[in-house]
Amino acid sequence: MNPQIVRLTYVALILVAVLVLMTTYWQTWAAASLAERQDNSIRRVAEFSIDRGLIFSFEPRKRLARNRQRAIDGRTLFFRRYPYGPLAAHVVGYSTVGRSRTGLERSLNDFLTASNSSLSTVFDKTLDELRGKPVQGNDVVTTLDLDAQEVANEALGANCGAVVALDPRTGKLLVMASSPGFDPNLVEENFGQIEQITADCTPAAPLVNRASAGLYVPGSTFKVVTAAAALESKRYTPDSTFVDPGYCTVYGKRVNNFDTSRPFGTIDLTNALAYSVNSVFCNIGKKLGAKKILDTAKRFGFYEKPPLETPSDERLASGLYDNGRLFYPKVDANVDAGRMAFGQERVLVTALQNAMVAGAIGVGGRLMEPHVVNRIVAPGGKVIERQRPRLIRRAVSKKTADAVADMMRLAVERGTGTAAQISGYAIGGKTGTGETGVPGSNITWFIAFAGEDEDRPPELAIAVVLQNQSGTGGTTAAPIAREVMQAILQGTENP
Amino acid sequence: MNARRRELFGLVLAGLIASVALATVTLARDAEISPDVVTWGALFLGLYVVAHVVIRRTAPNADGALLPLTAVLTAFGVTTIYRLDPGDGGRQAVWIAAGVAALAGTLLWFRHDYRVLESYRYLFGVGAVALLLLPSLPGLGETVNGARLWVDLGVIQFQPGELAKICLILFLAGYLREKRESLARGQLKDVGPLLAIWGAAMLVIVVTNDLGSALLNFGIFLAMLYVATGRALFVAAGLTLFLGGAAVLYNAIGHVQDRVTIWLQPWTDEPVYCSLTGELALRQDCASYQLVKSLYSIANGGFGGTGLGQGTFTSVDGSQLIPYLRTDFIFSAIAQELGLVGAAAVLLVFMLFVVRGMRVALQADDGFSKLLAAGLTFGFALQTFIIVGGVLRVVPLTGITLPFVSYGGTSIVANFVLLALLLLVSNRANEPR
Repeated sequence: MNPQIVRLTYVALILVAVLVLMTTYWQTWAAASLAERQDNSIRRVAEFSIDRGLIFSFEPRKRLARNRQRAIDGRTLFFRRYPYGPLAAHVVGYSTVGRSRTGLERSLNDFLTASNSSLSTVFDKTLDELRGKPVQGNDVVTTLDLDAQEVANEALGANCGAVVALDPRTGKLLVMASSPGFDPNLVEENFGQIEQITADCTPAAPLVNRASAGLYVPGSTFKVVTAAAALESKRYTPDSTFVDPGYCTVYGKRVNNFDTSRPFGTIDLTNALAYSVNSVFCNIGKKLGAKKILDTAKRFGFYEKPPLETPSDERLASGLYDNGRLFYPKVDANVDAGRMAFGQERVLVTALQNAMVAGAIGVGGRLMEPHVVNRIVAPGGKVIERQRPRLIRRAVSKKTADAVADMMRLAVERGTGTAAQISGYAIGGKTGTGETGVPGSNITWFIAFAGEDEDRPPELAIAVVLQNQSGTGGTTAAPIAREVMQAILQGTENP
Repeated sequence: MNARRRELFGLVLAGLIASVALATVTLARDAEISPDVVTWGALFLGLYVVAHVVIRRTAPNADGALLPLTAVLTAFGVTTIYRLDPGDGGRQAVWIAAGVAALAGTLLWFRHDYRVLESYRYLFGVGAVALLLLPSLPGLGETVNGARLWVDLGVIQFQPGELAKICLILFLAGYLREKRESLARGQLKDVGPLLAIWGAAMLVIVVTNDLGSALLNFGIFLAMLYVATGRALFVAAGLTLFLGGAAVLYNAIGHVQDRVTIWLQPWTDEPVYCSLTGELALRQDCASYQLVKSLYSIANGGFGGTGLGQGTFTSVDGSQLIPYLRTDFIFSAIAQELGLVGAAAVLLVFMLFVVRGMRVALQADDGFSKLLAAGLTFGFALQTFIIVGGVLRVVPLTGITLPFVSYGGTSIVANFVLLALLLLVSNRANEPR
């Protein structure tokens, strides 16, 4: 019987070896994907015994998220507090026992809980564990300018909308505000109170980060993209002239200018952008075709989620949408290019994307990767990750960008965007009023770049979007942009 | 005597492991090492020294590794249970003491010749079936977690399945020793008992809903049949019959079907019907809740584990996150706190036990002893595979215990009896002649 017993031994050993193999699988290969599952309460609870990393604003340096230590059943647990409440809630997000995380609290969870794979973190963590001390997470320093962020929040007030301001030279995000806001401290304590938040829009959806996940009709701000596409096509120059009858005919129907009572007559492209003449862009759109314009839009970052450190489902790609789905036309005939050229049709844009457009125009066509995290710092003070400026691509030629920038400066100087003027600064901007068909519920926009003078690259680009407005972009959004720009420009002057 | 000295040395090591583990648990809980640790460690070691002394008297030539390996397994088990619930830890310690008593009793009883057991083989056969069916008797059985595995005798509750396993092995060792020649020749009349046993295995599933124990007992039967006859064809035929029967039962019995569904698709993206609440829910929040949470527990351990006493088993408010942790899912508790390193170490101890047990079977010089040792060892390995494999999603999860590690009196006592039998066979095989 011995040969059989030997064979049976092999079978028995293989059975147990399979167990070793599968334990290895679950504890190494599959561990990361299991850790990320939303129903993984074990992981979520376990992470509350970690002295979670703090989250800071850039300037002034304040703690946007800190920990409150509590001992429960002999365990030391760390619960989150957000000292500035709603101020940067959409970027920072929240980390609670009961709900899955959002914002940077979610996307940077590995760093904040010291479970990232950087060698020094692994070393520090193991040391902490061996000494029986709570594991300390890595701190995150964001790029946010807290004063300007506060100005943006206050300026938005009860409006529904968003403000994004960034440094177009580096992609550094200075302001990311979304209204209505919420107090992340209430998420655990009293979520009902958040559910009852109301604002000038329904649903109020205070948890949504409108700055990167709010898609809005871009209105005339899209003319910046169209103008850039026109110049890139070499079929137009800034001095190309058009005759404006006050309307444009697409598919046999008239599309009016914003103010039909006062046609501009003969007008060049530069002035057409400064005064936002629909008929001119409508005709350019019909000439170029939708795909040509959309291809330029793509160079500016449309049709992809803007890269940012926040969770990817809190960011949306801009572009043409059909029934809630992003779509790119197979042939030009699928899209009404005339109306698309001035930002109607089905184009939808986020504030973040529009700030990127304004910024890239301002800095000569270079589209920089936006980022909201400046650096990640280990408990000992060692910087384990530092964000460096990264070029996504050159969106348009320097010549084109500079020409469109001139047009935008003219718009602020004496066109539709005069409300954004700040004396002593060179500002180029573009207003936008997206009509939803319901009176008093326009989407209004202002996008701009600003610097000390025309010859140096601007130090900030901004996009302001408001829902449910009865005024125009020039009267509603531009003043808010001006306030925020002033806070940033003067803040950097006198640090 | 060399084996006995090695055994004692191994036991001291096991006692050290138990003490250090216990000290770590108290350190993590109270931030200081409780002085009781020394007492408990000494008691643990003392218990096994008693067993050692009994072995010296009754089975001096027995294998010297089996008892220390057992001690290590119980050390892992009792400290993990103590860490989860100190009260249960104390009760488990009492059960280990009862197990050592059972070991000593068995050794003393059969110290002259355990082979008298062979003549009672049919009694054991009947006993095995009776024990397996006991829980389904009205008034006696209790349904836990969808399967009838428990017997409540008023004063004492026990799982007869564990004892049935040993009875079955004793029966098969005797029966197959007698019939192996004719079976090997493949005489048709001997297929009868084979079919009868297959029928019994199916019956057990039908009456008790206990897929795990049926799989275990049938696996033991096939393994011993193979050892006795050397005919792989029998094993293939038996497996086919079992799988065929299981397929039929799968369609007929909801409980079996649920188990397989949970095994194949523990996670759903869309809500499915939840038979526990009668509402729609994601399967991970309903039927496969246990399995999924236990996988999260294992994954949370990672390579090095969280450290003893520092795993996460309860929520912030103290509520349990993983049900049946001490019994069916004890492996996922160990895997979280000791990590891959510790879990693999525990499995390695199981492997070593299997190797030593099979070595006993190889050394034995009569058919009954060989079949007995091989059957006991294979049963031990297969039981480990079925429960840990269930927790690891290798096979459908069924509620049986992890030998020497899980919480539970019947299981501990039965496995100590299994150990005693192995030691007796080993002692006889190594006796100087």
